[in-house]
Order: sequence, then structure tokens, then C-alpha cells
Amino acid sequence: MKEIKFYKVVVFINSLVPLSLIAWDWYRKQLGVNPVEFLTRTTGMLTLIFLLVSLAVTPLRKISGVQWIIQFRRMLGLYAFFYGFLHFMTYIWFDRQFHLRSTVQDVYARPFIAIGMLSFFLMIPLAITSTKGWIKRLGGKRWALLHKLAYVSAIGGVVHFWMLVKSDTRLPIKFAFALALLLGSRFVIQNMKKKPPPRTIIPTT
Amino acid sequence: MVIKKPSDIKSSEITDKKVYLARRTFMRGALLTATTVTTGYLYRYLNPPTLPRIEGAKIADVVKPAPEQAASSGFTVNEKLTPFESITNYNNFYEFTTDKRDVARVSRGFVSRPWSVAVEGLVNKPKVFDIDDLLKLAPQEERIYRFRCVEGWSMVIPWVGFPLSKLLEAVEPNSSARYVAFETLYDPKRFPEQNGGSLDWPYVEGLRMDEAMHPLAILATGLYGEALPPQDGAPIRLIVPWKYGFKSIKSIVKISLVRDQPKTTWNIQAPSEYGFYSNVNPNVDHPRWSQATETRVGEYSRRDTLLFNGYAEQVGQLYSDMDLRVNF
Repeated sequence: MKEIKFYKVVVFINSLVPLSLIAWDWYRKQLGVNPVEFLTRTTGMLTLIFLLVSLAVTPLRKISGVQWIIQFRRMLGLYAFFYGFLHFMTYIWFDRQFHLRSTVQDVYARPFIAIGMLSFFLMIPLAITSTKGWIKRLGGKRWALLHKLAYVSAIGGVVHFWMLVKSDTRLPIKFAFALALLLGSRFVIQNMKKKPPPRTIIPTT
Repeated sequence: MVIKKPSDIKSSEITDKKVYLARRTFMRGALLTATTVTTGYLYRYLNPPTLPRIEGAKIADVVKPAPEQAASSGFTVNEKLTPFESITNYNNFYEFTTDKRDVARVSRGFVSRPWSVAVEGLVNKPKVFDIDDLLKLAPQEERIYRFRCVEGWSMVIPWVGFPLSKLLEAVEPNSSARYVAFETLYDPKRFPEQNGGSLDWPYVEGLRMDEAMHPLAILATGLYGEALPPQDGAPIRLIVPWKYGFKSIKSIVKISLVRDQPKTTWNIQAPSEYGFYSNVNPNVDHPRWSQATETRVGEYSRRDTLLFNGYAEQVGQLYSDMDLRVNF
């Protein structure tokens, strides 16, 4: 299917839209009253969104039977890593001014940052081993097991978000709910595989 | 099976390969453009630009602090003022919404007239003040204060208001009054987040009597010479510049003089994170973040936070016998 290549371009370009608008707003000084807070918040939000969307690919594929959407998973995961990297950099740059010692102290003093950072670091091996070569080198099963870390990273990311809000937990709860749904659907799908449904249920057409 | 002779299809009717490819390119271009524009609109919808400014009513006869006393009194600070647009588009006012950037929009059309403030409790002359009488109680003064939010950002704001002490003196507190309790309007029709929301309503705050009587503590009625916009606490709010912003309660309807330390909203919400005093203090961290530094909004780096937000000289003696780590 040659079309898939084109659709990959569509997803690629669309995923760059938020970054382009952030860069454009930065250039014309329209990032709002507190640009640093805006950059931090927006890149963090984008990381969580891309993580959840990339994790939604497999359940969606299994439920819908549309196999080719799996082709987008790597790109979406890499975008999660990319926006996570930008999020990490806004902290290191604007919040810590590249001070290593103050960063270490800060991470130690603030558990929500430690959890966020750990979740980001967990994505590094996943980004590195996202190539076909690495799948071969590790073997499909081991590779798949390693990439289950994406779930750990997503859970960490949502906890990180939850911990930093002062009192209004409605948005982190939505992320947590979506994540729970994705995790839950995996278990349901796995159980369905183990016990094939009785023949009568299978539609005859 | 009928095999048609090639001559049945005129060669002129066969779509030229170039046209076919051009059509496909066009469709692809259209799809790419449509999705990109949609994503762009979605981003803009989630991150809307700020609304145009609404001109507020000018406050007449604002008294500026005398230059010779201004510096030592703390009534004015020689730092760059935060623009009006920033002060009015970045607000923590959970009665409207918890999204700081959206309070300006949600609070549009908030009606703050008629308005009255009941001053009661342990006083000789309890009274319900109409807002317009309150504005005439004392000369309206300009006070340029630093404003430090517990979240780690700060501004420099030219408030207009009058000392809280003037109002308290007018009702004559009796000797058993040791604290002052404040209350925000409770009206879920005008404050949408008071239908549920994430805090106990109404919002309440409190000061010790000597804090309330301090000349730096004011009731603000405006900023930049204009009447206070809804998002900043119209029509009247407290400003205690040496404390974290949440102590400076907005849209006040009740002030009570009491004997015991009153309950305060954020302390009820999370007692280990927000103490009664909540004085700005770089040496006492919030459990979830450091208070050593702050971002002056608009800047891309952090600056050191000052003890008592830079008002140590004026208010330090109020706490001379207190352990500020215990009484945070």
C-alpha cells in the first residue's frame, strides 16, 4: 500500500502543528502572560496526549480489525518522546538555568519532578530501540516486553500531573481515566484471545 | 466473457495519466491542508488569545505616596510595573475557573453593583457599608506593591485603595478582638465554580489584628487608576503584600472581628501546605515546590524570592518572637 506512506506524512505534519504554533507565538511574543509556565504546561500536555494516543493504537487495531493503523504507532511514540524532551528542556533551561546542582537538589526536594523525570528517562530506551534493526536484535517478544515500559511511563506522567495541581484534579482525572481504559482494554483483549468465543456468536456473513 | 475490441474505447476518452496523477496530488494536498488547518484550529481553541481590554472606570483623586516616605514605608517599589494586560489575564480566582488564563473571559459581565460589605463581630459600631460609602471612607491612595503567588510567579502592581486600619477604626474593635476574618461573596449564579468546584465555599481568609492594622495592609478598589476588574476581585479586595497572593482575598462581602484564629480556605484544603500566616519566605519551602526563587511574569529566568516579599523592614517586627518554620 503506497497510500500508507502519504498518510504517515499527514500524521507527521499534523503532529508538528502544535510545535510550529508555539514557535510562531514565541517569535511574535504571544505566548501569554507567563511564557515559561505556558511552555512547560503545553509541552507536558502534548507529551501525555501523544503517549496516550500511541498506546491507543494497539487496542484500536484489535477492536476495529483495521490492521494498518499499527504503522503510525512508532511515529506517535517518538513524538511523545520528542515533546517530553522539550518539556524536560523547559525545566532544565528556564526553571534551573542549566544548573546541575540545583537541578539535583530540586528533583530530590520535589517528588513530582522526580516522577516526571523518571517517566521521561524511561522513554529513552524505547526511542532508541524503536528501529527495525533493534526489533530484530532483541527479538519480537523481548522487544514487545521492553516496550510495555510505555505504560509505566504514561502512568508516571499522569501521576506527575496529578501531584502538581493544587486542588482542581478534574483534568488529571480525565487523563487517568483514559489511561485506565487503555490498560483495561488490553486485559479484556488478552482474555478474549485465550478463550475463543463460542462458534454461535461468530457472525455467519 | 465478452472481449471488447480496443476500438470501442476511443483513445480520447482514456484519462491521461498526467491528469490522473494531478488529481491524486490535488486530493492529497487537500487532505493534508484540511487536517493541518483543523489541528491548528484545535490548538488555538484550546489556547485562545487574550480578549481585548475593557476600559474600567477611572478613579478620581488618587493620592500618590510622598516620595520622601515612599521608599521607607514600602508604599511604592522602584521596579518595572507589570503591564495591565498581564495583571488582568493571569488570575487565580477559583470561583470563576481554575484556568488562570481563562478567568478574564469567564468573569466578563460580573456585576459588582450594588455591593455591600458587612463589618461586624467584636466591635462597638457594627455596620453594613455600601461600596460607594466605603470608597469615600478614606482618600484613595496609590500603592505599588510586589505580588508573589505561592505557585512561584510574581508581579509588580500599582493598586489603588486605602488602609484596612481606616475601616477597622471606623467600627471600633473592642479589646477582645484578636483576629480579623474575611469572606468572599457566595453566589453560585455569579460564580459558576461555586456549584461544586474544588474548594469549600465561600472563600475565607484571616489576619491577626496587628497584621490587619499594619499600614501596608490595604483594601484595594482599583489598579492602574481604574476600578478593579472582576478577575482581580471587584469591587473590593484585600492586599497584604508580604504574604502569598491567596491571603489577599477578593470580592469581599463580610469582615468579622473575632477572638480566635479564623479558618482559612487553603488551610482547610491542605493544612500541611498552607499555613495561617503564609508569609512569603524563601527559606520555608512549600511541600511540593521550592519557594527560594520566583518568575516575574514575562521573564525567562528566575529571581531570588525576598523574605516577607521584600517588606521585612516594615513587617519583620510583627513576627520577631515566632518560629517561621512552625508558623508557616
